[in-house]
Amino acid sequence: MEILHKSNIDFLGARKISIVISVLLLVATVILLMTRGLNFGLDFTGGTLVEITYDKPVEIASVRKTLGEAGYKDAVVQHFGTIQDVLIRMPVREGEKGITMSNNIVALLRKQTGETSHHIGADQTQQCQSLDSDVVGVCKVQVRRIEFVGPQVGGELAEKGGKALLFTLIAVLVYVMFRFEWRFALGAVVAIAHDVLLTFGFFSVTQIEFDLTVLAALLAVLGYSLNDTIVVFDRIRENFRKIRRSPVVDILNRSINDTLSRTIITSGTTLLALISLLVFGGEIIRGFSVALIVGVVVGTYSSIYIATPAVLSLGITREDMLVPEKEGAVDNTP
Amino acid sequence: MNKYPLWKYILIAVLMVLGALYALPNLYGDDPAIQISGTRSAKISKDTLASVEAALKSAELKYHTAQVDKKNASVRFADTEIQLKARAVIQKALGKNYSVALNLLPATPAWLDAFNAKPMYLGLDLRGGVHFLMQVDMTAVIRKAEESYADDMRRIMRKARIRYSRVTNMATGGINIRFKDEETRDKARDAIRDEIKDLILVDTEVEGQFILAVRLKEEAQREKRRFALEQNMTSLGNRVNELGVAEPIIQQQGAERIVVQLPGIQDTAKAKEILGRTATLEFRMVDEEHDPVAAQTGRVPAGAKLYRMKDGRPILLKKRIIYSGDNIVDAAPGFDSQSNQPIVSITLDARGAAVNQRITGKNVGKRMAAVYIELRSEDKLGRDGKPIIDSKGNTVKLKKKIEEVITAPVIRSQLGKRFQIEGLDSVEEANDLSLLLRAGALAAPIEIIEERTVGPSLGQDNIDQGFLSIIIGFAAIMIFMAFYYRTFGLIADLALALNLVFIIAVLSIFQATLTLPGIAGILLTVGMAVDANVLIFERIREEVRNGNSPQASISAGYEKAFSTIADANITTLIAALMLFNFGTGPIKGFAITLSIGIVTSMFTAIVAARGLTNLLFGNKRMKRLPI
Repeated sequence: MEILHKSNIDFLGARKISIVISVLLLVATVILLMTRGLNFGLDFTGGTLVEITYDKPVEIASVRKTLGEAGYKDAVVQHFGTIQDVLIRMPVREGEKGITMSNNIVALLRKQTGETSHHIGADQTQQCQSLDSDVVGVCKVQVRRIEFVGPQVGGELAEKGGKALLFTLIAVLVYVMFRFEWRFALGAVVAIAHDVLLTFGFFSVTQIEFDLTVLAALLAVLGYSLNDTIVVFDRIRENFRKIRRSPVVDILNRSINDTLSRTIITSGTTLLALISLLVFGGEIIRGFSVALIVGVVVGTYSSIYIATPAVLSLGITREDMLVPEKEGAVDNTP
Repeated sequence: MNKYPLWKYILIAVLMVLGALYALPNLYGDDPAIQISGTRSAKISKDTLASVEAALKSAELKYHTAQVDKKNASVRFADTEIQLKARAVIQKALGKNYSVALNLLPATPAWLDAFNAKPMYLGLDLRGGVHFLMQVDMTAVIRKAEESYADDMRRIMRKARIRYSRVTNMATGGINIRFKDEETRDKARDAIRDEIKDLILVDTEVEGQFILAVRLKEEAQREKRRFALEQNMTSLGNRVNELGVAEPIIQQQGAERIVVQLPGIQDTAKAKEILGRTATLEFRMVDEEHDPVAAQTGRVPAGAKLYRMKDGRPILLKKRIIYSGDNIVDAAPGFDSQSNQPIVSITLDARGAAVNQRITGKNVGKRMAAVYIELRSEDKLGRDGKPIIDSKGNTVKLKKKIEEVITAPVIRSQLGKRFQIEGLDSVEEANDLSLLLRAGALAAPIEIIEERTVGPSLGQDNIDQGFLSIIIGFAAIMIFMAFYYRTFGLIADLALALNLVFIIAVLSIFQATLTLPGIAGILLTVGMAVDANVLIFERIREEVRNGNSPQASISAGYEKAFSTIADANITTLIAALMLFNFGTGPIKGFAITLSIGIVTSMFTAIVAARGLTNLLFGNKRMKRLPI
């Protein structure tokens, strides 16, 4: 079976359109990031998060009321996954330590259901005592997850993440420069910066929570998009040496077409894996899967429509590629 | 054409067997077990195990195996019900000096153990548990060191009969010593410099006063910080023992932070309470020349400070710290052998013992006090006595230092390394005091700045969902490949399966931590690992289209795709390594599986798949390739 049998599409002919589209999207992203910003998760803002499972469906309003009456008016309460699960978020507070806040919140909600924490059972299950009697049993309110990130940690994580993105870009630039040529390096960096920015843009539009795992996904997107771009570049280098008499544009077009089938198949299999993760992987990994799916789609687009046109605009010529290069010469002669 | 030499086939086969062998332990699951570890005074030995076995036998509780290693003893059981009963029995038999924790131990069969094959180590987000990041208050460490140097300098100057006006610990750090004239200051500076090497001494003049500004040298500060961190880690280790956790992790992170991981802990409130106590302990002499009640209203005499006892009575203590909580090695409640009254017996380290001997020798009949210091935050009150509310509607909090004299016993005789505190009212009081004395043994206040708790149900859900998504994603890709590339697709599928086995084997061998993002990383690599095969197969098709023979196409396909695969994977590896470098906790897990996956996929897609291709098609006459 073959999806594409020897395609011959004039990708570079459409480069003006694609560049205009990308520039518009990038401008929109920058504006969005400045005005609307990202919905930063706990990892970056600091604060407290408590995920709780009730033994039966629970009204958000009643949880909110209980917390509000106890002074937690700024608590954000929502269902998480099912209507038995509740997610509570609190911003960082001066004074009250996040570390005690989560305990207080759990105690309050237990009081509401008429129970109080009892000493933990020997099997480490959460045991509660009824407020009206001495009966001890498994808690009606079970803690699924508590996260507390102090303000000092949040800032650091954001800084570290930004640095990681920047250093990766630089490392890639150097590697591609060493293996190919500076125009390719620049083209690749333009393409991956484009992908990362647009993924940021997507998270700004949708306001899906941007947490540490999303940042990790962005770095993986960077790796993936680069992988895609390098494959096209590799073919360009090869074709420059093989096809002597065509204009540069034709060689670039030919190279994109040669690798097109592979580009689509690989993106397809990666997307298969990621969609499985999105659908079956659970709530915690959702943002991560979304970031990667968006990144893979944008990355595939950019390796065709951004990276190669960038190399062309930077004025690549055949002579640039004919400079004897040891690795290339050995690798590419059959 | 397209034949591998025999050694290559053998190499692939050997690696496959090894991969399978080291991935295998993950299939066996866990046994419920009980892990016994000794606290400071009790060590685990064969005898411990013997008494455990005897206790279990007399309670008629069946167990699989019981064994001792360097630090722990462990007993395995058939199910959790017996495990729970056994825990109570063992705790009763061994007493409080041992920590008896529930644990899950891998049920790896003995023959696999012989190869040192272990299952993967699951991260806290998969097995459930608590992760704390704690910050040591290093300003407090340095301030404390400066206070003690201030005392030393007073002593030096007194000994050399140098008249100073005042020694002040500055709020911004550093110590200022004031003198009437320049000559005295010079003398003092030289005297101090001769005795203490850790200080930087600078002369200044303010408003006609001659001041010696004293600071700690950078390396001395670093040394103090390092010591404080180590001391805290040891104390935390002891506190964790109180909690009875199997396999706790206490690690340094950076210069002033400590990571504490407690797998399987559910009672986070108690864990936080015990670990988060920001308490220190100081021993000072009681100032008995002055009246504490008078000091309450009037002037506190120089060199003394007013404190309160637990019952609220005022007490005057000398400012000089004799030794602090970090010199206490152990404090245990007990009974005096003669009077049979409750006591707390204390053991000091060498430094504490030496100081104790000197000071108590000179002060028999006088009183020595233990001051418990804890950092708490309280509502800040305005003039009207009501809490102050800030613009955001939150009450303004004050960090308050709670200082309380927990005991001030009379020194009956010269004391040394071991001594006991008598005159306690009850057994409870002895218990509380010994707990306070032990808990106070932290060199500096610590604060929990990050917590991540995962309950066991969420952990299990994460495992289930993670593996379900791997299986479905994996199956989808395999079906697609077989459909799209036919026989070659099946080869790729086998390479993919092998890749999964290798990733698990490598994770198991290095005992790397598998986290939920790690599982995502495995799935992502699986998706991306096909890329190498896709590149190769597309090349082969291309060669076939160009009119090459099947054999030549296979050969050219593999060879031409190689440099592309290498370049593409190395760049991805760069990104993965960057991720590892910056990542914390679960993110590191993602980076680890991604990196391992990239490397193993290069092998499986290029070498192993090629081997299989050669085995199937090598030296065969074919008109068409099944691709």
